[in-house]
Amino acid sequence: MATRTRLSFLLNEARADLETVPTDGTLLEFLRLTRRSTGTKEGCGEGDCGACTVLVGRLRTGRVSYEPVNACIRPLASVDGCHVVTIEHLGGARGTHPLQEAMVGCHGSQCGFCTPGMVMALEANRLADAPVDTETALQGNLCRCTGYGPILRAARTVGEAPMAEDPLVRANARTAARLAEMADGADLELSGPGGTSWLPASIDSFAATLAARPEARIVAGATDFALNLTKRLEVPPALIFTGRVAGFDRIEARDGRLHIGPGVTFAQAMPVLDAHLPQLSALWRRIGGPQVRHAGTLVGNIANGSPIGDGPPVWIALGARLILRHGTERRALAVEDYFIDYGRQDRKPGEFIEELVVPLPENTVLLAAHKVSKRFDEDISAVLGAFHLRREGDVVAEARIAFGGMAGIPKRAAHVEAALTGRPWDEATLHAALPEFARDFTPMDDMRASAEYRLTVARNLLVRVWLASRGVDTDLRELAHV
Amino acid sequence: MSDGSAKPELTGTEPVAQESEIPHDSARLHVTGRADYVDDMPEPAGTLHAAIGLATIARGRIAAMDLDAVAAAPGVVAVLTAKDIPGANTASAMGKGVHPLLAEGRVDYHGQPLFLVVAEERMAARRAARLGRIDYAPEPPVLDIAAARTAGAAPIAAGLTVRRGDVAAALESSPRRLSGRMSVGGQEHFYIEGQIALALPREDDELLVYSATQDPGEVQSVVAHMLNLPANAVAVSVRRMGGAFGGKESQPAIFAALAALAADRLKRPVKLRPDRDDDMTITGKRHDFTVDYEIGFTDEGRITGLDATLYARAGHSEDLTRGVADRAVLHVDNAYFYPAARAESRCLFTNTVSNTAFRGYGGPQGIAAAERWIEDIAYTLGMDPLEVRRRNFYGEGARGVTHYHQPVRDNILARVVDELERTSDYQRRRAKVIAFNRGTAGPIRRGIALVPVKFGISYSAKFMNQGAALLSVYRDGSVHISHAGTEMGQGIHTKILQIAASEFGLPLSRVRVTATATDRVPNTVPTSGSLGTDLNGMAVVDAARKIKARLADLVAPGLPTEEIGFEAGEVLTPEGRVGFADLVERAFKSRVSLSATGYYRTPHIHWDRAAGRGSPYLYFTYGASCSEVAVDTLTGEYRVLRTDILQDVGHSINRDIDLGQIEGGFMQGLGWSTTEELWWDGSGRLATHAPSTYKIPLASDRPAVLNIGIAEWSENAAPTVMRSKAVGEPPVMLALSVPGALAMAAASLADYAFPPKLDLPATPERVLAECARQRQMAQRAPGVRAAE
Repeated sequence: MATRTRLSFLLNEARADLETVPTDGTLLEFLRLTRRSTGTKEGCGEGDCGACTVLVGRLRTGRVSYEPVNACIRPLASVDGCHVVTIEHLGGARGTHPLQEAMVGCHGSQCGFCTPGMVMALEANRLADAPVDTETALQGNLCRCTGYGPILRAARTVGEAPMAEDPLVRANARTAARLAEMADGADLELSGPGGTSWLPASIDSFAATLAARPEARIVAGATDFALNLTKRLEVPPALIFTGRVAGFDRIEARDGRLHIGPGVTFAQAMPVLDAHLPQLSALWRRIGGPQVRHAGTLVGNIANGSPIGDGPPVWIALGARLILRHGTERRALAVEDYFIDYGRQDRKPGEFIEELVVPLPENTVLLAAHKVSKRFDEDISAVLGAFHLRREGDVVAEARIAFGGMAGIPKRAAHVEAALTGRPWDEATLHAALPEFARDFTPMDDMRASAEYRLTVARNLLVRVWLASRGVDTDLRELAHV
Repeated sequence: MSDGSAKPELTGTEPVAQESEIPHDSARLHVTGRADYVDDMPEPAGTLHAAIGLATIARGRIAAMDLDAVAAAPGVVAVLTAKDIPGANTASAMGKGVHPLLAEGRVDYHGQPLFLVVAEERMAARRAARLGRIDYAPEPPVLDIAAARTAGAAPIAAGLTVRRGDVAAALESSPRRLSGRMSVGGQEHFYIEGQIALALPREDDELLVYSATQDPGEVQSVVAHMLNLPANAVAVSVRRMGGAFGGKESQPAIFAALAALAADRLKRPVKLRPDRDDDMTITGKRHDFTVDYEIGFTDEGRITGLDATLYARAGHSEDLTRGVADRAVLHVDNAYFYPAARAESRCLFTNTVSNTAFRGYGGPQGIAAAERWIEDIAYTLGMDPLEVRRRNFYGEGARGVTHYHQPVRDNILARVVDELERTSDYQRRRAKVIAFNRGTAGPIRRGIALVPVKFGISYSAKFMNQGAALLSVYRDGSVHISHAGTEMGQGIHTKILQIAASEFGLPLSRVRVTATATDRVPNTVPTSGSLGTDLNGMAVVDAARKIKARLADLVAPGLPTEEIGFEAGEVLTPEGRVGFADLVERAFKSRVSLSATGYYRTPHIHWDRAAGRGSPYLYFTYGASCSEVAVDTLTGEYRVLRTDILQDVGHSINRDIDLGQIEGGFMQGLGWSTTEELWWDGSGRLATHAPSTYKIPLASDRPAVLNIGIAEWSENAAPTVMRSKAVGEPPVMLALSVPGALAMAAASLADYAFPPKLDLPATPERVLAECARQRQMAQRAPGVRAAE
């Protein structure tokens, strides 16, 4: 397959073709600075406030499927072959969209600065195959003026407008045809003033390209990577993107295991995870907001080596493995062994994670994961505990317990596990296990929590698991409204 | 009007429409992305971009600044330091204290601006700004209130002391007394639009500055002083801000002045928009306070005396600290009568950002402290805190005078609280909460609290209580208004449009408000203190009536203006109805001036700060909120299950805008009192400098049920525009029912026998710590029914 050196996508009504694409270029900068399309706002430059939310549509099974995207942390190169929709285009030929009318009618804007992003996030939810409640749809959008009530009312009001009349729905077939015309399956090599971006189209091409350029930084959802651009102001010399690789977005259950490709986003994985690991459903819904879940990948969340990623403790507790690949060579590695030390992972230059393989637990396993953060939604964990207790009768036959936020890496609670293993699952065992946390972890003080709080909460999460297993109600969110 | 004694009745000034019909005047622009903020304005050809080089220590001498690498970086046009400032190197609000725009010789906080880089592109400037090589001689920094108290440095501004009666004697003779300490955290404004300025050089050394500011007059003044220019050479303009909340009262001057410095030097337009992290690092925040108190009370829960010292963290410069701390002192009563009281503020220097105005302006901190001792009394006596609150409400006669000697004449709080108690079903739900806590074996506890708020309206700095407007009627009958108030989202322009349209009997579409500009309305005071509409709305009425009088004089000389009706686009003259536009054209042809300035100064207020006595407030607003929470006592996490609010806004000019202010203010207060935590590391570096680490409320943090009511029956007893009341700030404090409820949930672990000590913000970590404290006390105290 030939290599293409021009970035092409649809921006609202018009096709954009760019011969030069800087490696530090974001979609937001392109919109605001190059195109002077200023309806999309910048609030934070790190994907946390949602003011820059736009829609990115991709061709999926013959139609265009739209996702909410934080333009500020979206590398420009990654929108090849996509339909980028900004607030200015939302109303179509009529000028204003029913959502925009509802926002006016419900007094959904005060200062107006978060408003375009709010509208786009709401529209993404309207267009979604399985729309979620509005509070969840707005997890990634901050408003400092309204208190959100008027925005929630606007979303409710517009719920009655027929989707068939939505300009993006009406234009879907036509847009799909235009995107299909652009879909050439080619590898991309985009050059900019400071470096080069490679966007291979096949797995083999990706492996070969990376093996040939081991210095290239692998970019998946970019929700973490992009901070190198917007905050550390780097101009990376070489980037290689996973997003265009056919097959990287595969997720399937096979032989009692989940096989998850490196391009699978949280949003894409959630229905599959829910089906096979229903105990963890609430956790995934607390990772970022929809914008982050649509961009961030499960594998990237491991690969970047963060001690506070929300996935790794869960995968470690489940005994998941990684398939690492270099060129045509592959090796398997337990997720817990990937993390060597803070900032150090077992991944060689030119190597990438080709697959995350998660064994599905038997019915007798008590599986739970609890995230504790200052704010309930869209926050980084102070502590995240994942518990995998296999019981034989009343006895804990095997315990795998892993925590995030408690050490420089996601780490198992080996002493706690030992105190539980082979013992009856009862109160005496619980109390014997609790002091062991102090042997497993020496957490740190930082802006998210103190060491003391982290240690107390880690212990108490085991208590929570115990109580829940005895049928005690421990879920704040399940409380009936008063 | 302009004699300062406003007429009590503004007949004929009903808004054009009263109900939910008038959206924000920019709503359509907001939702379509067509509302222009400063960063959205087309940049003039040749616009340069600036970035600020920041200090990386919290305190010390600057031994040397090597900026060669900065200057040599790609795209850099100029590097400017304090030496390049021709006039006053100060960003200080109203010329108070030392607050260098760019550091001179020493650093007093981590993140202090050291130098300015100007480059062809924004990213080039930002990259270059990190290349400075600074040699410091570091000194040990003083970072927080505790350290500042230990250090014992001179206060950064004079404190305020307010007294009534013999407090020592009152406490001495009190049947009960207790003392305590409360810490109340600061707050980052987190306006979604960050600080920004665009400065354009004009001919003859004039400058035009577009600034996202609540106080264009202040920006003009700082820029002029900095450049040694007369004020008439500097024009400042602001159409709208993307949120401000007090964070754009004094802080924008920093960015506007630096942009102006570069524009003046380079004779090219210069834009300065700091990145969010830099914005949060450089700019001041809500003051955190520590309040030490001693309270005396009777066995019935009546307060006999209060002695309180309020320590405010000022940061490295005075800024608006004095006024903030004053308001805290003047609000330690909240709604309660203290027979004897002494309250004093101390404004402490620290090596941190210079704290500044933030919605509520010291009120929230003072009121939070008041609610702490109410809880102390209630839990000590085993009473419902609401009952203690009620027993201490201001009353009639001698019980109706504040600790600063202002009579509370318009007190409607009892009615507000009674109504909310009923509509929120407080008593029944409180009983249910207690029953739930008694009956549960699980880790979840509940709490409920009903908290009143009284808030004083007017600036205690008397000179600031003035508003101004310029109103022009064009020959086609369309009306244009400039006024001193700035639009930050609160809807001031919408209310102003309603007031003007109502005065002239015109549809809203015939009236327009454009940017607030110092060359149209000079000498503005900041839009703050919830006063924007009170002050400038009256000024617009004044201007409109001047023009109406001229028009009336034209059609009916000698007849009082009030007898000439203006309605439905027509003027009712003795000869019949005339179209407004036709009459305007006739006036023009008759050489009648069709533009007028309007002016207003608040009547009846006086304040003697040195004596700590007076009536600084024209009136009070009243409100109350009731919140119920559920707390996970294993982790300290919580959810707000339901909040009910009743707020007095007088006669509302725009109900939907007022409701928006109430809900938004409550949620902002909720963030302040729960999840918004500022955290500095040991070296004085602010670690919570971005939304990834600083957590303002999300949609899902909104109470699961939120009922907001306006006290529809209320009308301002004071002569305000349309008998309305200010609404911007008071709702922030309504959030205090949430920590009250959290504290109750924690206290349930020791059967409510011990006063909770929940400091703010009540993060999950603090809530868990309070749970642990309550459990410990329960274990130590025999007879207390301890929770497991």
